[in-house]
Amino acid sequence: METREHLLHRLQAIQRQFRHIPPQAMQQAATDYQLPLSQVAAVVAFYSFFSTQPRGRFDILFSNCTSCGYLVEGENLLQILCRQLQTVPGKTRADDLVSIDETSCIGMCDHGASMLVNGIPITGLNLEKLARIAQRVTDAIPVQHWPVEWFAIVDTVHRRDLLLAKHPVPGSALRQAFSQGAGETLAIIRRSGLRGRGGAGFDTGKKWQLSRDTSGNTRYVVCNADEGEPGTFKDRLLLHEYAEELFEGMTLCAFIIGATQGFIYLRGEYRYLLPQLQSALKRRRSRGLLGARILKQRNFDFDIAIVVGAGAYICGEESALIESLEGKPGIPRIRPPFPVTHGYLGQPTVVNNVETFIAAAHITVHGADWFKAAGTTASAGTKILSVSGDCGKPGIYEYPFGVTIRQVLDDCAAVAAQAVQIGGPSGALLGPAAFDRTLAFDDVSTGGSVLVFGQQHDLLTIHRNFARFFAHESCGFCTPCRVGTQLLQNTLDNIAAGRGATADIEELQQLGKIVQRQSHCGLGHTAANHVLDSLRQFPQVFPNRMRSPFTARFDLDQALASTRRITRQNDAAAHLDQHK
Amino acid sequence: MIAGTNTIYIDGQEIPFTPGQTVMDAALAASVYIPHLCHYPGLPPSGNCRLCMVETGGRNVAACIAQAAAGQEIRNNTPELNAARMAITQMLFVEGNHICPSCEKTGNCKLQAMAYHLGMLDQHFSQFYQHRDIDASHPDIALDRSRCILCDLCVRASRDIDRKNVFAIAGRGIDAHLIVNSASGKLADTPIAATDLAATICPVGAILIKEQGYRVPIGQRIYDRRTICETGLQEHIAQQRRDQ
Ligand SMILES: Cc1cc2nc3c(=O)[nH]c(=O)nc-3n(C[C@H](O)[C@H](O)[C@H](O)COP(=O)(O)O)c2cc1C
Ligand code: SF4
Ligand code: SF4
Repeated sequence: METREHLLHRLQAIQRQFRHIPPQAMQQAATDYQLPLSQVAAVVAFYSFFSTQPRGRFDILFSNCTSCGYLVEGENLLQILCRQLQTVPGKTRADDLVSIDETSCIGMCDHGASMLVNGIPITGLNLEKLARIAQRVTDAIPVQHWPVEWFAIVDTVHRRDLLLAKHPVPGSALRQAFSQGAGETLAIIRRSGLRGRGGAGFDTGKKWQLSRDTSGNTRYVVCNADEGEPGTFKDRLLLHEYAEELFEGMTLCAFIIGATQGFIYLRGEYRYLLPQLQSALKRRRSRGLLGARILKQRNFDFDIAIVVGAGAYICGEESALIESLEGKPGIPRIRPPFPVTHGYLGQPTVVNNVETFIAAAHITVHGADWFKAAGTTASAGTKILSVSGDCGKPGIYEYPFGVTIRQVLDDCAAVAAQAVQIGGPSGALLGPAAFDRTLAFDDVSTGGSVLVFGQQHDLLTIHRNFARFFAHESCGFCTPCRVGTQLLQNTLDNIAAGRGATADIEELQQLGKIVQRQSHCGLGHTAANHVLDSLRQFPQVFPNRMRSPFTARFDLDQALASTRRITRQNDAAAHLDQHK
Repeated sequence: MIAGTNTIYIDGQEIPFTPGQTVMDAALAASVYIPHLCHYPGLPPSGNCRLCMVETGGRNVAACIAQAAAGQEIRNNTPELNAARMAITQMLFVEGNHICPSCEKTGNCKLQAMAYHLGMLDQHFSQFYQHRDIDASHPDIALDRSRCILCDLCVRASRDIDRKNVFAIAGRGIDAHLIVNSASGKLADTPIAATDLAATICPVGAILIKEQGYRVPIGQRIYDRRTICETGLQEHIAQQRRDQ
């Protein structure tokens, strides 16, 4: 097991201590880790939670997701807090007291507007709470002394099925596996029809088999707990309340493929779960369920380390995740070869979602038929959904695959939804005509996010939010995604500002197709889905804002702003009166 | 067509390959040009520019990183793929600040040559006008990030051929930019030399050798004399000679 602390952890500690990463600290890290300075600098520049300019002593990041974001009933909570604290977004206040900015979805979608304060989430923000936060910041009261109930995150589970109903006895899956052998256990998992729960739906047993069959000096088991898809928070629940079976599932996988080291890649936004996960791991070690000679098996050593990310959605993509594990920027690799043969440090590596490992543990205890009895032929078992948005009962729902969207909407008390986004911004936008479709790998596939949009929601605003998310999270490696996601955002912003022309509809279509077809990885392949879906199903969304078939793509008066700044003229004569 | 063991088909043309070869290398060896900017014979492929996207089995793949597989049918020179290539070239033009008429690289620039090759007549998209830093610290080499297309060629050349590891790309999305591997972040504080491959490989005018401006007059430059298809194929042949 690696003894040196992970590069990301070193940099996180520096960021906490100095509120930024000073050049000397980068140099020192480069020396200590024997890395080129440019690699350390590239890592610092890649992850959102690192900065090269000092952040405030109170570093506040509002989530900008459509469900847990700062726009609440016409109010802009971010702007309000900035006004209260006399600062502007993205800039640290001159006295270093506070910095306020926004960040991609922090996975608190069932709790309304949320923020991270020095990395710790506070949920359920409203005007009253905001005022109290502003007061504490002004009085420089350390975050540890803020009301504890502000930091409580309650998981609400509305429907439990195979995985959430009962916890298996810790060690029971392993005992079963040891008694029947690795080969038979793998055969059962293959028979169960278990497919990956992280989105792509690859056959889990087949993945484990491939890794087992590949020669390598060593093998790794990696749990993808990056959960960055806006609107997804089911892994948050699983890590919080079902960590024992996650560890069990990972250990089981290690036994089957012959791994000795596992990693959990935990998104930085979930750092608050770290102490509890660490103590759960410790407990398992003391019970002989992790470490050397697990349950006295002579030839089976396995342990799990947790690596905490630093704010990058792309690190959920498995090969980017592995790059990040290796202390690099999260840029997706060339695939093939796939991680299953050439993963962490070039060795065979199984990467699975949190829920997938938990399902594997249950299947080993209860059998393949128990699992297959739920769900459909092509989609065995259940799926845990994170439901949020315009509905009366946001929270976690576990359904057998094959449930209709309508059923989910009824259960979560969504009234007259105009659309749902299944699978987050990278998934599918569906209108009422599609509500009888089912959630399944061969129908509407999902990693677990269900965003409900009621009639009051303006879809164009949603599209702009999603477009900004992808432009912000694109890793920048390939041209169509790096530039194309920005162009999509610009085009939608222009339309919203009333500067769209009918030609922009065709433009969105063409641009969307290029981003979708020519990009390097799944982020780019899916980044335009929401726009393309809307053009098909809600064709009125875009033209509604258009004034004429032809119009200037830019605001002439706005274009003169830099001239006004340079000439220091800002009187009426320095403006065009085009708005009359 | 009978799928020979070591044969692929590009736009119907039979092309031999050796196992492990990429579609790009097999194509170039058979004198079939697939447009590309970030591929350079002898350097490990990257797959970032996406100009070499070809269609096979209903999917689009980058020819420079896709392994050739026996019997594979590939579409390359099609109106749809060339339209996408043009859009991607236009994206590169609006992302940076390209000043062709006053750029020393004009006529020798692959981005410009690609635009000609694809019949690009305008930039189509609105210009981003991003602020990008210039590094004029080095006595012999100038770096203007405004013209960088993030092709990663200088990074790979410096790391794998010159063995000096002078460059890296940092930053995410549209903030991605070329950085220099020295404490000051300046080229002057690196061991780069004007004779290094990294100093001369830049397909655009982002890395320029100083004191050589307009030695070759406009009108007699590389792409005034040859098309980018011809030079693309020549680069491949030159590398094969070196390999032998
Ligand atoms: C941009 C992007 C983000 C992703 N984020 C996640 C994630 O947060 N969690 C996850 O399990 N899979 C994510 N995936 C899918 C992973 O690449 C991979 O397929 C998955 O972790 C495999 O596990 P599974 O087979 O158990 O689903 C993402 C994929 C892409 C392209
Ligand atoms: S598609 Fe986007 S996220 Fe994926 S490699 Fe390309 S730039 Fe990076
Ligand atoms: S400087 Fe030139 S060679 Fe280097 S990445 Fe930019 S465009 Fe490519």
